[in-house]
Amino acid sequence: MKLTATSAALILGLSTTVALAEGNLNIYNWGEYTSPELIDKFSKTYNIHVTQTDFDSNDTALAKVRQGSSGFDVVVPSQSFIPTYIQEGLLAETNPGQMENAKNLEERWRDPAFDPGRKYSVPWLWYTSGVSVNTSVFKGDINTWKVILDPPAELKGKINIVPEMNDIMFAAIKFEGGTWCTSDKALLTKVRDRLLEAKKSWLSIDYSGTLKMASGDVSASLDWSGSALKRRTQNHSIAYGLPKEGFTYGSDNVVVLKDAPNLENAKLFQNFIMAPENAALNSTFAKYGAAIIGAEKYYSDDMKGAPELTIPDDMKSKGELLTLCDPKITQLYSRIWQDVQK
Amino acid sequence: MASLEAVRSKSASRTRWLLISPAVLVVIIGAIAPLLVIVTYSFLTPGPTGGVNYTLSFDAWTRVLFDRDVFDDTLTLSGTNLEILLRSLLLSLATTVLCLLVGFPTAYFIATRNPLNREVWLLLVTVPFWTNLLIRTFAIQDLIRNEGIINTLLIKTGFISEPIQMLFTNFAICLGLVYVYLPLMILPVYASLERQDRSLLEAASDLYARPFNVLREIIVPLAKPGIIAGSILVFIPAIGTYVTPILLGGGRNLMIGNYIEFQFGQGRDWPFGSALSLALMAIVMVALLVYIRHGDSHGHEHG
Repeated sequence: MKLTATSAALILGLSTTVALAEGNLNIYNWGEYTSPELIDKFSKTYNIHVTQTDFDSNDTALAKVRQGSSGFDVVVPSQSFIPTYIQEGLLAETNPGQMENAKNLEERWRDPAFDPGRKYSVPWLWYTSGVSVNTSVFKGDINTWKVILDPPAELKGKINIVPEMNDIMFAAIKFEGGTWCTSDKALLTKVRDRLLEAKKSWLSIDYSGTLKMASGDVSASLDWSGSALKRRTQNHSIAYGLPKEGFTYGSDNVVVLKDAPNLENAKLFQNFIMAPENAALNSTFAKYGAAIIGAEKYYSDDMKGAPELTIPDDMKSKGELLTLCDPKITQLYSRIWQDVQK
Repeated sequence: MASLEAVRSKSASRTRWLLISPAVLVVIIGAIAPLLVIVTYSFLTPGPTGGVNYTLSFDAWTRVLFDRDVFDDTLTLSGTNLEILLRSLLLSLATTVLCLLVGFPTAYFIATRNPLNREVWLLLVTVPFWTNLLIRTFAIQDLIRNEGIINTLLIKTGFISEPIQMLFTNFAICLGLVYVYLPLMILPVYASLERQDRSLLEAASDLYARPFNVLREIIVPLAKPGIIAGSILVFIPAIGTYVTPILLGGGRNLMIGNYIEFQFGQGRDWPFGSALSLALMAIVMVALLVYIRHGDSHGHEHG
């Protein structure tokens, strides 16, 4: 009975929207980050043909979009890049904050500093940046950057660093007691020395390094919440720590390009993914938290109540939304990071 | 008569030009135009979030050789850049030498089989190309990692008690490069060996040359063009390699290709990246000129 009711609703839904929004939608997103079920549901609901293209870094995506006439309708950059997109006039002001499903946005993501009033962007998934540790190798405190920046003997030579300059510079600056985007040279000298010293204990500086945690080649890594959750489901002694010195959180966001060929469909998509059951499809696929109230109900079982997907109350004050620093400071940081990587 | 001749040669030259014009066009669009863009970029300043600002600056070029100290603004020879460049040069030189050491006997072996079997052996050499480079590199990772096949086998058979750290070392990068570029050495060397006149070798033996002398005095000098071509084919892609150092070097040992990529990505310094890639091109070009000239003069001595 229930089944027929839903299918009837679906058919009804189809017939009313078919005429409205036939056509295409071109999505430009990170690789392995879009639930095929979500896309399937979206194209069936609105009779829209969806094409997906992957990018591997925010910088690549921005460079491509900036060239103009990329043919993409929606892009999913990290929030630290959204102000740049807005300032350069790359986005269409679709006002998702006023859309029907915007009421589902979690408080933290309703009116963020990177897009006040949600004039352009809708959260895709959100994450924290911390450390994953194999607790059968190291039994001490894992809520600290010390694990990767001044590691105990057990972890030496078994540490991976994800080569995201901003994440690792943030960690080192916080560990030395500084503030993000600082240009204090005395502190940055300490940061550089700390990183150079710590590098001796690092096994690799590699995006895929966290994948080697399950097999035991890597025992600690700079990591993101959803990635840490995946590791734990593969190997139960892996735990995720949020460093008490300060950590970052952030989100990737769906924005619509100014030159989008299918503007209306893109708006439909923005609204569509703010529905809890749809956002949950994405979460279940990528294992990151949805920034949507009520999505948790629809999570897969391994995600319900997962510690990686929340920030404990006593840690809330330690979290910062990651921002891009001034170009001069970024240049300073990248010089330090290059010295470490060489 | 003379004018008819002139017309004919004129039309012949026009046909020639028409025929090569597609190739010329490809070279202009595919090589020269992008190169001009890179040259231009290298004299500009970096834009705030990637890209360039159109203000003239020699800063990028200065930084190829010198470091303006982050902390006290003095200029010193750039340790970072030189170290990365030196590592790239050494690794690709080692790769070339190892490819030659492994590739020459292989090519010789194939060239001395009977003609029917040669085809099969050559086909086998190209088999690795049928699989994507990334997949093959990941496979090497699985062979040499600590919990990988080689270490597990050695531990199980009792040769070692602790795994040997092979992955994420210069050794791993070198292994990966040799594996990937070996066919590029074998094929040209084979081509030059196959053309050699066997009777020369018999003549040498008849004149009591020992096998080693036959190799040194006859086979190698005659195969020189193939060896040079193979070395160039291996050395140039090896020095600019990008994937192998990331996957097998673990990002701890950057090569110049990765360093350049960083400037266009997270580093947000396109002018510096452009200057670095031009510097790399210049180095490769000089190395090539020296090598070819040296090879030529050597060949003439024997010729």
